[in-house]
Amino acid sequence: MKVVVCVKQIPDPADPGALDPESKTLKRDTKLILDESDSYGVEMALQLVDTAGEGSVHLVSMAPNNEVGGLRTALAMGAESATLVSDDALKGTDALGTAKVLAAAIARSEPDLVLAATESSDGYTGTVPEMVAELMGLPSVTFAKSIAIEGGTAKVQRQTEAGYDDVECPLPALVSVTAGVVEPRYPSFKGIMAAKSKPVDEVTCGDLGIDAGSVGWAGGGQEIVSIADAPAREAGEVIEDEGDAHERIVSFLEELKVL
Amino acid sequence: MSTQDQEIADQMIETIAKWVDKEVIPHASELEHADEFPQAMFDQMCEFGLFGATIPEEYGGLGLDVTTYARIVEELSRGWMSLSGILNTHKIAATMIGRYGTDEQREKFLPKMVDGSYRAAFSLSEPDSGSDAGALRCKAVQDGDEWIINGTKMWVTNGVRAHLVMLLARTPDDRVTCFVVEKEPGDSFEGISTSKKIHKLGYKGLETVEMSYVDHRVPDANMLGGAEGMGRGLRYALSALELGRINIASRAVGVGQAAFDAAMKYAQERETFGKPIFEHQAIQFKLAEMATKLQAARLMTYDAAARFDRGERIDLEAGMAKLFASEACFEICTDALRIHGGNGYTQEYDVERYFRDSPLMIIGEGTSEVQKMVIARKLHERHAIT
Ligand SMILES: Cc1cc2nc3c(=O)[nH]c(=O)nc-3n(C[C@H](O)[C@H](O)[C@H](O)COP(=O)(O)OP(=O)(O)OC[C@H]3O[C@@H](n4cnc5c(N)ncnc54)[C@H](O)[C@@H]3O)c2cc1C
Ligand SMILES: Cc1cc2nc3c(=O)[nH]c(=O)nc-3n(C[C@H](O)[C@H](O)[C@H](O)COP(=O)(O)OP(=O)(O)OC[C@H]3O[C@@H](n4cnc5c(N)ncnc54)[C@H](O)[C@@H]3O)c2cc1C
Repeated sequence: MKVVVCVKQIPDPADPGALDPESKTLKRDTKLILDESDSYGVEMALQLVDTAGEGSVHLVSMAPNNEVGGLRTALAMGAESATLVSDDALKGTDALGTAKVLAAAIARSEPDLVLAATESSDGYTGTVPEMVAELMGLPSVTFAKSIAIEGGTAKVQRQTEAGYDDVECPLPALVSVTAGVVEPRYPSFKGIMAAKSKPVDEVTCGDLGIDAGSVGWAGGGQEIVSIADAPAREAGEVIEDEGDAHERIVSFLEELKVL
Repeated sequence: MSTQDQEIADQMIETIAKWVDKEVIPHASELEHADEFPQAMFDQMCEFGLFGATIPEEYGGLGLDVTTYARIVEELSRGWMSLSGILNTHKIAATMIGRYGTDEQREKFLPKMVDGSYRAAFSLSEPDSGSDAGALRCKAVQDGDEWIINGTKMWVTNGVRAHLVMLLARTPDDRVTCFVVEKEPGDSFEGISTSKKIHKLGYKGLETVEMSYVDHRVPDANMLGGAEGMGRGLRYALSALELGRINIASRAVGVGQAAFDAAMKYAQERETFGKPIFEHQAIQFKLAEMATKLQAARLMTYDAAARFDRGERIDLEAGMAKLFASEACFEICTDALRIHGGNGYTQEYDVERYFRDSPLMIIGEGTSEVQKMVIARKLHERHAIT
């Protein structure tokens, strides 16, 4: 069984990021790390291959500056190989453009199953996986909390507000995985050492047969008009109890339409 | 390794640091207060491959260099010093077998020691022999192709859970010889029994015990280094302990870092006389001194490790690092406790644990006084006027 996991490499959330006033996007010139959201997909893929007793996990990522930091982490966890799409023409690529690139890169490995996170930690539009599925003509299941493979079928527990739905779909398919549903393993030191020599295939738009004009700023169906700092959090109101605190809290909650 | 691969080493340290932050720090004090063995943490340490960290790759270990290992010990100790204790005697044993064992001994023991399923203790000290290690009295007498061991060993860390004890005993040549004693984990095995569990000030969660040997038989083949090892045990042990000093120094840096971090945070949160205590100069000066000592301790430790990795001698530098870092750690922990005021004296804050753990670095594997004796001796060796 061949599982491809989409892995986004993002600026470290622990280091407060900065916006580039010129491109109006997040600065991505520092070292990028594995998006924690994707560590669940990687773990799930490794478990599925373990259960199947055969197969392999392959990673696909699109990132600037030939960045492999996050990929190495996922390779150290146990994935076998990776494809990295990195190309100056991709600067400014929006979610649809990203999906086109990922779809083309994923198709090259002819997977039985494609996993992605429900949404990334930095962009979190939560749209890329479904667009990839559409572009590849694959069935797509969202919000998976668990996946089991039986024959040519994926049996997915799909998380809902009330619980979960049991969903089945034929393979190959694309499934997006909810954060926190499995405990991602820590890479072993042997894994970290081995990751260094695992193959990372670095490709460009040209290699994937993607017209540079259909991605990047040029191909974007959206334009960032302006950016502004998020408003600083204002101090909350302190209610001193003079016998009527409960009433004031109730009316405050009513104002918020919480009650 | 592939030792000089900085990127790999950094990734290992980042991985450990993340695990320590997420899985160790939130649970350490609770387990420590209960003196409970940290099974889940131990299991993850096995998964990481830490027990085989310094064992050469040809035996299935990772063959990490001393600098990387020192950084691992530092990170573990930043979370909980006892975790480094679970590893430490194992690493001393692996070093001794790797350096001085016969080919057969290396092939027999090292592959078993890489994954944590087969653990080792180190047993030099006795009730009446600590700093004066050469005064040990535990006896080994030969009987055919076996040795019969009788005596009492003190301070055997990991002794109960160990499968193997590096035992230093006096042989009939009146010198000290090292035996690789195989046993099953548990309170007793053949002639070996745990005669006392020692209740410690800190360093809890792992056992340190007194072990008695009554007519316990060890095959001739288990004399470390074979026939050549006869009478050389003390030399073997002291040489492993020389490298061990870097580990103790790394431990001190880790605990010192934890104490400093706690103090730095608390000083900015706690307000007295209308401002955070960090704004009082007396507290600022304390923190400045703590950070400076910590920095010096870390640099001395890394320097000794780097020298070892370059193949240079460290007989002086390792002792200096151990002496300075352990004393610095003790002072940093004391100051961190002071900065926490009354809260520092309670179990609500981790500083009390750092404060109780820190003195061990001053005592274990050669007290500060012993370090000074060693340093002075080496100074004289290097600078003697003839
Ligand atoms: C204005 C703008 C500028 C951009 N500039 C660049 C740039 O210069 N270089 C560049 O490489 N990208 C760039 N991007 C792409 C961007 O980083 C995202 O990949 C893309 O917009 C997806 O958005 P998202 O994070 O909201 O995805 P979501 O839909 O929230 O992601 C869901 C899941 O899809 C998968 N996924 C999403 N993106 C990727 C990816 N890139 N690689 C692998 N898997 C992925 C992951 O599993 C992810 O968790 C830019 C995007 C925008 C909007
Ligand atoms: C928690 C713990 C775990 C331990 N684990 C192990 C273990 O796993 N294996 C093992 O073999 N040992 C272990 N030890 C023993 C440890 O190495 C000894 O405690 C240490 O070497 C000191 O020996 P001692 O306790 O006999 O002190 P002593 O040697 O009695 O020293 C008492 C004091 O006198 C000072 N002193 C001694 N001689 C001189 C001198 N010539 N000049 C000036 N001052 C001197 C010392 O510095 C010290 O301050 C452990 C100890 C502890 C506390």
